[in-house]
Amino acid sequence: MSLPLLIVQVLNGLQLGLLLFLIAAGLTLVFGVMNFINLAHGVQYMLGAYLAVAFYSVTGTFLGALALALAAALAIGLALEFAVFRHLYGRDHLDQVIATFGIILFIGEAVKFVWGAAPLSLPIPDAFAGAVQLMPGAIYPVWRLVIIASGLVTAAALYGFVAYTRIGMLVRAGAADAAMVSALGVDIRRLFMIVFGFGTMLAGFAGIMIAPILSVEPGMGDTVLILAFVVIVTGGIGSIRGAFAAALLIGLVDTLGRSFAVDLMRLVMAPSPARTVGPALASMLIYLVMALVLYVRPAGLFPARGR
Amino acid sequence: MRAFAGSLRKTRKLDLIPLLILTAFALVPAAARFGAEAHVIALVTRVMIFAIAALGLDLIVGYGGLISFGHAAFVGLGAYAVGILGVHGMTEGLVALVAGLVTAVLFALATGTVCLHSQGAYFIMITLAFGQMAYFTATSLAPYGGDDGLTIEARNTILGAPVLRSDGALYYAALACLATSYLACRALVRSRFGRVLRAARENPVRVATLGFDVFRFQLVAYAISGALGGLSGFLLANATNFVSPAYMSWQRSGELIIMVLLGGMGRLHGAIIGAAVFVLMEEWLSDLTEHWKMIFGPFLVLVVLFARGGLIGLGEHVVRSLRRG
Amino acid sequence: MAEPVLRVESLSKRFGGLVVTDDVSFDVEPGELHALIGPNGAGKTTLINQLCGLVMPDAGRIALASRDITDLPVHARAALGLARAFQITSIIPGFSALENVALAVQARAGTSFRFLRAADREEALDGPARAALAEVGLGARADVAGGHLSHGERRALELAMALALEPRLLLLDEPTAGAGRDETERLIALLTRLKGRFPMVLVEHDMKAVFALADRISVMVYGRILASGAPEVVRRDPQVIAAYLGEAGA
Repeated sequence: MSLPLLIVQVLNGLQLGLLLFLIAAGLTLVFGVMNFINLAHGVQYMLGAYLAVAFYSVTGTFLGALALALAAALAIGLALEFAVFRHLYGRDHLDQVIATFGIILFIGEAVKFVWGAAPLSLPIPDAFAGAVQLMPGAIYPVWRLVIIASGLVTAAALYGFVAYTRIGMLVRAGAADAAMVSALGVDIRRLFMIVFGFGTMLAGFAGIMIAPILSVEPGMGDTVLILAFVVIVTGGIGSIRGAFAAALLIGLVDTLGRSFAVDLMRLVMAPSPARTVGPALASMLIYLVMALVLYVRPAGLFPARGR
Repeated sequence: MRAFAGSLRKTRKLDLIPLLILTAFALVPAAARFGAEAHVIALVTRVMIFAIAALGLDLIVGYGGLISFGHAAFVGLGAYAVGILGVHGMTEGLVALVAGLVTAVLFALATGTVCLHSQGAYFIMITLAFGQMAYFTATSLAPYGGDDGLTIEARNTILGAPVLRSDGALYYAALACLATSYLACRALVRSRFGRVLRAARENPVRVATLGFDVFRFQLVAYAISGALGGLSGFLLANATNFVSPAYMSWQRSGELIIMVLLGGMGRLHGAIIGAAVFVLMEEWLSDLTEHWKMIFGPFLVLVVLFARGGLIGLGEHVVRSLRRG
Repeated sequence: MAEPVLRVESLSKRFGGLVVTDDVSFDVEPGELHALIGPNGAGKTTLINQLCGLVMPDAGRIALASRDITDLPVHARAALGLARAFQITSIIPGFSALENVALAVQARAGTSFRFLRAADREEALDGPARAALAEVGLGARADVAGGHLSHGERRALELAMALALEPRLLLLDEPTAGAGRDETERLIALLTRLKGRFPMVLVEHDMKAVFALADRISVMVYGRILASGAPEVVRRDPQVIAAYLGEAGA
């Protein structure tokens, strides 16, 4: 374990954390405001990536692909909300789980139908290709720094929006007590649509940004979905602040855990079993963290007020 | 809030249906002699195996009101018991079965103790997390196949005798297990224990103020459901001669939940019907097209939106409308 | 002087900056019906919640029949004989009236970790259940689902369940809330019949019911007990009249 390696991995952890935040933010708001478990949120992320690839072949520029893909992702998300999700808002969580599971099956397969099952890729825009040297021995890809920067900017913008605008206030109120907000005369349908649309765009944006460095394939939404759920539960359902804190925590724990698990295990056992136990423990680490947080604070790190 | 018949009086009349189903299962091998025999037997064996797991899940979801998203882990534990013991030369079925059941129950007690202190959505997520933990542990077990899984060379022997070797014998063993599980669950749900569990589903605070420690009841129910999952896994490993981490994936857990809902919650035989419909649909649709999930996905959405109470609920609705003329 | 069935000593609770229970002490003698009255927001329901264990106090002691129950969870207190009815949705809507009461009987009658025998065939449970239902006038409605009972019938069902528990102490949180005049009269008649069988703490707003039933009254205002004693004494207490009974007084 060396300092340059540590720095690189911390940055990687930060990048994963911010990516998770983008996905978790929408998920936690939808859950908090509409009490709606949306397993299909992962496919929004995946669709963002696929649409970016598709539009890139049309426009030839990343920016063009980004804009069109965001718009398309939003459109698809709103269409799903209109056709399916809004009928599920008052229903049992069980019904929501199964219906959104059905959506995952459908869209996951539809993507294979349209684009095939082979992984696709998107080139990094020329301006951000390459790497910088942070310190001797630590070379870091510029695009990952771009992801970190855009994640932080989006987080700040989201925080500003939720904390300082009227709609943001309504969203926060809705996350704490939706029935009350409705009783106060707010058009709750429109509020839900706005919340949902936002969440969809954030997830799509995450997918678009990650597409240049990750292979775009049908299963990509699944792993990320589970991580996003771990994040929102750890952070506190309905809380943006909680999602941010938990996302960074999970991102760092997962990345650093995977990098250094074997080395850490070698401190307490022989190299051979360490090589087996290390990765196993690393995969479980974030679940252990979640269980620990929930044991100490059953409503998560920063629960939305009123829960 | 899902409307739900907590009263058991109706089930006396409906006992006919599970009896018919089990009898039908018993007759399948004979009838299949006239068709594609081996394939049908393997398919219905699979139905029965998943029905056992679905029964276990129905206990806690349908009767306990606890949505577990990690049930496949128990199936996997039962299956891996067979596989791991097999690698070490232990092929005695009774040993593998007991090992699988004990592991499943211990896992249920350990994880249940943590999960059951959480409510609603948090409970779903923690069960998912524990399911994932089991999954990842399995993928890292390199000596036992890791990600690729483990081929099991020969089926378990029972008291030394290779009785499970023929598909037909395994079929009837699975049927016997299913019938026993069903009868046991049926008795459980009507018992004093079942009554407390069912009441706690509707009004846990009230049940506590009557003097019942709801946590203990739910934990025991969780352990029993885990045991049934383990039994299912034992049979699955023997039927497929294979075990892999995929048996414990969260997608599998999701499929088990679908089976429970599809048949209709709150009626035990709903779990059996749901398992049958799911497995058979999966088989039939995947024959039709490679992209069968594009049909199955929307089907699930439609069931949730329009067929509350699952297929049993739908059936009752049809019967009622016919009666009204 | 017999040991009080319930002794509450210096109970205190605050939610953030708001003091809801302010150094409350009172007790309940064997066989007495002790009414707790006060304006809305006085903290009566929170006090009941602390007694039965749904809310934990910040300070103070609660003893049931000389046994300290302050740290015990809800179900443990209930097992020791502390029963509660009303204010919370207190029946199982999917169960028949009979099964609701049978569940209460079951809580007292041996272990519920029985897995094989059908509970709805157990005469040991059904017998006492039917008796309790008859006592509250629901004998004919035994097989109706709890969710299908009228509001008044549900109240009677709760009382039947309370009876079946054979409690050491019964907490009643506004039994006449939302009841019409006839209903209230019926409830008062029923509670009068049950008086003396076991001690009760009755939280109420309906003064007619309170003065008809109470052996002792405690008045609670802003989380504090303002006055406590025989009904006639409390009725005339100037502080109580000023704070609560005043214009609305009986």
